[in-house]
Amino acid sequence: MTGPSAHPHTRTVWRWALIGLIVAAVAAAFAYVGGWLAPKRVTPARVIDAMQANAGVYPGFRRNHAKGICVTGRFESSGALADATTADLFATGRSTPVVGRLAIPGGNPYAPDNSIPIRSFALRFDLADGEQWRTGMNAMPVFPVSTPLAFFEQQLATHPDPATGKPDPAKVKAFFAGHPETAAFLAWFKSAKPSASYVTETYRSINAFYLRDAAGQRHAVRWQVVPEQPPAGDGGTAAGDPDLLAADLAKRLGEGPLRWHLQMIFAAPDDPVDDATKAWPSDRRTVDAGTIVIDRMEAQAEGPCRDVNYDPTILPRGMEVSNDPLLAARSAAYAISYLRRTSEEGHLPGTQRAKEPQR
Amino acid sequence: MSREDTFHPFARVLHWLMAIAILAMLFIGAGMVSTLSTKHTWLLAIHKPLGITIFVLALIRLGFRLTHPAPPLPADLPVWQKLAAHGSHVMLYALMIAMPLIGWGMLSAGDYPVTLGAGIRLPQILPANPALFAWLREAHRYLAWLFFLTFLAHMGAALMHGLIRRDGVLRSMTGGRQLD
Repeated sequence: MTGPSAHPHTRTVWRWALIGLIVAAVAAAFAYVGGWLAPKRVTPARVIDAMQANAGVYPGFRRNHAKGICVTGRFESSGALADATTADLFATGRSTPVVGRLAIPGGNPYAPDNSIPIRSFALRFDLADGEQWRTGMNAMPVFPVSTPLAFFEQQLATHPDPATGKPDPAKVKAFFAGHPETAAFLAWFKSAKPSASYVTETYRSINAFYLRDAAGQRHAVRWQVVPEQPPAGDGGTAAGDPDLLAADLAKRLGEGPLRWHLQMIFAAPDDPVDDATKAWPSDRRTVDAGTIVIDRMEAQAEGPCRDVNYDPTILPRGMEVSNDPLLAARSAAYAISYLRRTSEEGHLPGTQRAKEPQR
Repeated sequence: MSREDTFHPFARVLHWLMAIAILAMLFIGAGMVSTLSTKHTWLLAIHKPLGITIFVLALIRLGFRLTHPAPPLPADLPVWQKLAAHGSHVMLYALMIAMPLIGWGMLSAGDYPVTLGAGIRLPQILPANPALFAWLREAHRYLAWLFFLTFLAHMGAALMHGLIRRDGVLRSMTGGRQLD
């Protein structure tokens, strides 16, 4: 390399400039990759920021599904899934401990249970060899949107107006009109009632995953956990007591362990495996992989689920993520939520103190 | 070119391999925490095994460096530059070893399984503890920044030696002829 002049001093100036340029170019590339030069990029932190803007900040709590209860028990494998995956927890007769969490969506840990007609069930399976399977399931048939960007836009569109405390109906309408993929969810949501019990609900993975069998073949699946408990004939929908789900759970556990069947649903060749807004036809091959037995509950403030990030991309060998774009986004956003609440629990500088007592 | 004024070939191979790996690692780390796309999943899948690879290489390199001293810096180099050179090298070695350990410890404290892919899982090196997780996670972030800034200074200084001073310091790591 040479400068425009043979004069040694000018040449040195050019060489310094080149060095500066190289250093600045590497720094700029790093800043771009990290998102600092792209302030419009929707990052995991911005998604969580938007959720906090909607629900408020409750230090120490999850940014979504903030209200919940820890449950523990085990998964007893039927062995029926052993042909489809090498994951050890599905071996015949295997019993695997689980740490679970029953919750309602939303960022407010004090929300009344009847404020939303959705319940969620998260599970961490602790495999004998130290591997884990984590899953977060919801009692609904499909997800409203299929991409993280649409989810972010939905958060913005449903931001409560400071004047009314409610989302602006025009913005909400415009969002759903611009996102026809939400139709299946909306159709379900319209008639959905808040159940009076966690234990009578069917919880679904909604996102698709792959199972990998011993021959290396992969199988696209979704799963659901279906209660053995009969549907509520006595209580009906949630009303009155804002914490009736916890009371109901305590009452039912007092009568004995609760059971759900873990059913693996296999996709047909043309079923969408990367779109959580599309349900699969109900006639798909379904395998009863075993029974989830829950025999204990604890308040989340002190329970074993408190410090668990139910990141759905944490899977044992024999199970893999699909290309559903929501899965990576869930993983990235949950990590932000987890860091914020553990920072608050740990009283890191600049974090808000967790209010005592936690619930 | 005498043996005394260049690094041992093994040290040079390690240096350039690790330079690529560490720079890639810093970019992967910055990228994976700032994206919601499926890149997040596969960048994370590279980040963990690459981090452990860097850790192992760094230990080998430290052992080699302690038994095979670096060529001396030019006698006419200003004292502050000599101090900066030694200080930044100590910093780079410390970060090469500390960053993977912090990442590993952070996953342990967060009660995550420390999986490297291909069925390889490392043991937990710290007890599950949310406050410890948060401290280590933030340390991982800020030390990555420090690592990147130290790298920039290191690269800038190397170019200064090669292009401005042309004193053989850059050549001692590139082998070959002086850049001109």
